[in-house]
Amino acid sequence: MEYEAVIGLETHVQLRTRTKMWCGCVNEYGAEANTNVCPVCLGLPGVLPVPNAEALRKTALTGMLLNCDVPGFSKWDRKNYFYPDNPKNYQLTQLDFPSTIEGFVEFEFDGGTERVRINRAHLEEDVGKSTHFADYSGVDFNRAGVPLLEIVTEPDLTGADMAYEYLNALKAILEYGGVSDCDMEKGQVRCDVNISVRPIGQTELGEKIEIKNMNSFSGVRRAAAYEIERQIGVLREGGSLVQETRRWDDALGITESMRTKEDAHDYRYFPDPDLMPHTPSDEWIAEVRATVMELPLARKRRLMADYQLPAGDAEVFVGDAALGEYFEAAAKGARNPKAVANWVMNNLQAKLSETNGAVADVKFESSAIGELVGLVEGGKISSRIAQDVFVEMFETGKAPAIIVEEKGLSQVSDSGELEEFCNEAITANPGPAEDFRNGKEAALNFLKGQVMKASRGKANPQMVGELLKKILGS
Amino acid sequence: MPHTLTISQLTDKLAQGELTSRDATQACLDRIAAVDGQLNAFLSHDPDDALAQADAADAARASGVSGEAKPLLGVPIAMKDVIAVNGHPLNCASKILGDFNSPYDATVTQKLREAGAVIFGRMNMDEFAMGSSTENSAFGPARNPWNTDRIPGGSSGGSAVAVTADECIASLGSDTGGSIRQPAALCGCVGLKPTYGRVSRYGLVAFASSLDQIGPLTKDVRDAAIMLGVIAGEDKRDSTNVPEPVPDYTAALTGDIKGLKIGLPKEYQVDGLDPEVKAATDAAVAELEKQGAEMREISLPHTEYAIATYYIIATAEASANLARFEGVRYGARVDGASPEQMNRATRGAGFGEEVKRRIILGTYVLSSGYYDAYYLRAQKVRTLIRQDFLNAFEEVDLIASPTTPTPAFKIGEKSGDPLQMYLSDIFTISCNLAGLCGISVPCGFSNEGLPLGLQLLGKPFGETDLLRAAHAYEQTTDWHNKRPELD
Amino acid sequence: MREDLQHAVKLARIELTAEEEARLGSQLGDILKYVDKLNELDVEGVEPTAHAVPLTNVLREDEPRESLSHEAAMRNAPKTANGLFIVPKIVE
Repeated sequence: MEYEAVIGLETHVQLRTRTKMWCGCVNEYGAEANTNVCPVCLGLPGVLPVPNAEALRKTALTGMLLNCDVPGFSKWDRKNYFYPDNPKNYQLTQLDFPSTIEGFVEFEFDGGTERVRINRAHLEEDVGKSTHFADYSGVDFNRAGVPLLEIVTEPDLTGADMAYEYLNALKAILEYGGVSDCDMEKGQVRCDVNISVRPIGQTELGEKIEIKNMNSFSGVRRAAAYEIERQIGVLREGGSLVQETRRWDDALGITESMRTKEDAHDYRYFPDPDLMPHTPSDEWIAEVRATVMELPLARKRRLMADYQLPAGDAEVFVGDAALGEYFEAAAKGARNPKAVANWVMNNLQAKLSETNGAVADVKFESSAIGELVGLVEGGKISSRIAQDVFVEMFETGKAPAIIVEEKGLSQVSDSGELEEFCNEAITANPGPAEDFRNGKEAALNFLKGQVMKASRGKANPQMVGELLKKILGS
Repeated sequence: MPHTLTISQLTDKLAQGELTSRDATQACLDRIAAVDGQLNAFLSHDPDDALAQADAADAARASGVSGEAKPLLGVPIAMKDVIAVNGHPLNCASKILGDFNSPYDATVTQKLREAGAVIFGRMNMDEFAMGSSTENSAFGPARNPWNTDRIPGGSSGGSAVAVTADECIASLGSDTGGSIRQPAALCGCVGLKPTYGRVSRYGLVAFASSLDQIGPLTKDVRDAAIMLGVIAGEDKRDSTNVPEPVPDYTAALTGDIKGLKIGLPKEYQVDGLDPEVKAATDAAVAELEKQGAEMREISLPHTEYAIATYYIIATAEASANLARFEGVRYGARVDGASPEQMNRATRGAGFGEEVKRRIILGTYVLSSGYYDAYYLRAQKVRTLIRQDFLNAFEEVDLIASPTTPTPAFKIGEKSGDPLQMYLSDIFTISCNLAGLCGISVPCGFSNEGLPLGLQLLGKPFGETDLLRAAHAYEQTTDWHNKRPELD
Repeated sequence: MREDLQHAVKLARIELTAEEEARLGSQLGDILKYVDKLNELDVEGVEPTAHAVPLTNVLREDEPRESLSHEAAMRNAPKTANGLFIVPKIVE
């Protein structure tokens, strides 16, 4: 009997906001314990929450980046449970009317494109951080109240590797959108993994087992791979699985059941009376939509299509957003965008790294590279000369045509002039000329090189080659 | 005798230079020393701190700060122990908060400060505002100054006692199901519950988040209008606060209520209504009519369901609001082997019985399998109750009734039967469910010399009409000038 | 005390003495019977009162406000060490 895995992921992402969700304490990692706290996020008696508008904007933006709907009504609920890191002993979250619903993430996997559906992305608050010592535990509430986005997939993932790629794709989208820094070291992204297995062909899902609070994507991959095998193993041996929560032990490479005396939590959700619903207007939604930028995969495809770039080039420009933007400005209206891409990826990037410069500081106009390419393609200068012109452009910011003019670098393409150079080179080098007449092709390059030297690089190399052949052939 | 003055009387004398704030504050302190032993209205107070504030107020006044800028300059106001005052204890009359000292001010506290008030005292109350008699205080009940065998009402019992016994000039309390109005009625002072959202709840230890409001207990209606003007208004730290402009409430006290339509709910003629209470209320209504108000009978058909609705919704919200009291970050911790054990032991030792009852009930009505039958249903009935009042207010401007069905009962009389205690809230409880404003003003005394109160209810943000009618009635009587004999 | 109430006591994390359990159990039984009264009403089609005031979109701009000093934050803590709130050991 063959089995297949069904995986759903719940990813908790800390939003990049200046302040916490309900209060004006700063949202900042690494501060001394319990120094970014106030009566509200400490859950002192008498306090009230007021939602962070930026967190709601970033949540709606995330929804748009994940192709979700942003409904016209969302509300807040209390999720009641006791835990030392939970200052109010209820968590404010969104139960039945979340801020965004029903979207998808597309990403490249295994040679194709996968689409994983998103059930919802809702807002809630993070809790404090516990540290465990020998005989006691200590809690730091700096993190309590930080806005947390919970992104829930449908059980569309079918394996550990796919889950891993999904997470990477999700992270890239969130970073691209400025929604979160997704810094795993700082605990800004945590995952709960829901895994079940079933015989291939069965539509009913198997028992769902949850592995909570994973904080690395490779850990998720390892844990998922192990758990799938474990579950299949149990079923193959005729055993059965129960719905439970397990803990991943990375050192031992196994999942363990978390035996708790408590029954499953009864969270006693009810609508929070202190917080008012959010009914985003069309204007508000439009304002957020205006900040949506193109996602990595879409950008890559567009660059390839619009500029006839190969995948590798497009990936460079997607990976370095600033360089990519620069390329698009430079390639505007260019007849040969690939050539422009080459100059940007090779010459410009090299110069920037040499001088530790940034794209924003480039002195020459964005149209300059296109111009340069045009000069080469139009035969005005040789590609060899163009390299020098570029260096000059970078240092002075002058337009290429001006540099060519000022330095008299125009390619010589007058056949009369060139014939003179060729004859001189042939005369001065009878040996190579003879070699070529005798069939040694490479000798032509030597002669060509002599002409280029004599003309100080300005001779049109193609024409020189043809002329030499013609002269020597006759 | 400075401590017997009202706010408006005292501020006049302060402005004229006849008295200093120190005089007034000292007088209150002396009075507390003389009578609070038998009344137990104060859980604590700091005389030095109060006098320092008084001196600061006097200095400010001497340097030119006027009463226009600061309407409560130098006036000693006592605070129910459920409102946060920076640097003062905050106990909610419970053991569980231990020696908690508030590191922040409630918004109303800040507003009082800005108005120049001398903020002092932690007033006795039913623990976490749960109760109607102040017998649920962990520190002994407060006693009715008209007869110290009797309850003062609750949960703002201490505030009502202190105002009537002249231990302070005025007080702030809180009202979730009648906790300002009922003690005001039983003690013979004025108690105003503003419309939900009129006054910020930031800094009010939450009992039932959708029902709680802070309001004044005062010696007369004018003082209530002054206090409301100070504490009402926008607060960005409270999402439930309504940014409705604050009118000049004292300007509403014109005495002219001609044509004002007042409704008398027929469902309020309940069996348990004490004949003396009925007689006093009828007389008050007749007086209002004489003044030109028009009376008409109205119906509030869902009245009999109000108490059940309240005790489901309020306890549900409270069960979540009080979950924070478990010994982790503050309070009187009782240690345990695990955090869970510690929570159980701390809450078991620290909460009084009424609080435990309500938390358990609230947890129950929210729990899996019961939510729809109890909590959801109660919220629907609440809509029906609210609709009753909105319908009534199409016909009338105000609603009149007794505040309580009986005068103050004896301490201990109902404390063994929680349900009986709950049923006595019948006239006050709907106001909170429907989000209205309400006031209790003295309207007489029982044959045994116990105060009786007239309740008026107004539309949401209708405090202007409410105060106007209450004031008009008050000025035709002398009840508000009576004081208990204490020595 | 009946089982469903016991479950609520457990969820609410309140330790009761046997005597309290008996007394509260009986009182709560009476109260629950009383509130059953609401079943007399037909609430078909009635919207629950979600909020006491019909406000929406009450938000706060993402501007920092002063936090409590560390001392003030810890002032009322029953037990602290190294700037942390100390609790009995949390076992997952």
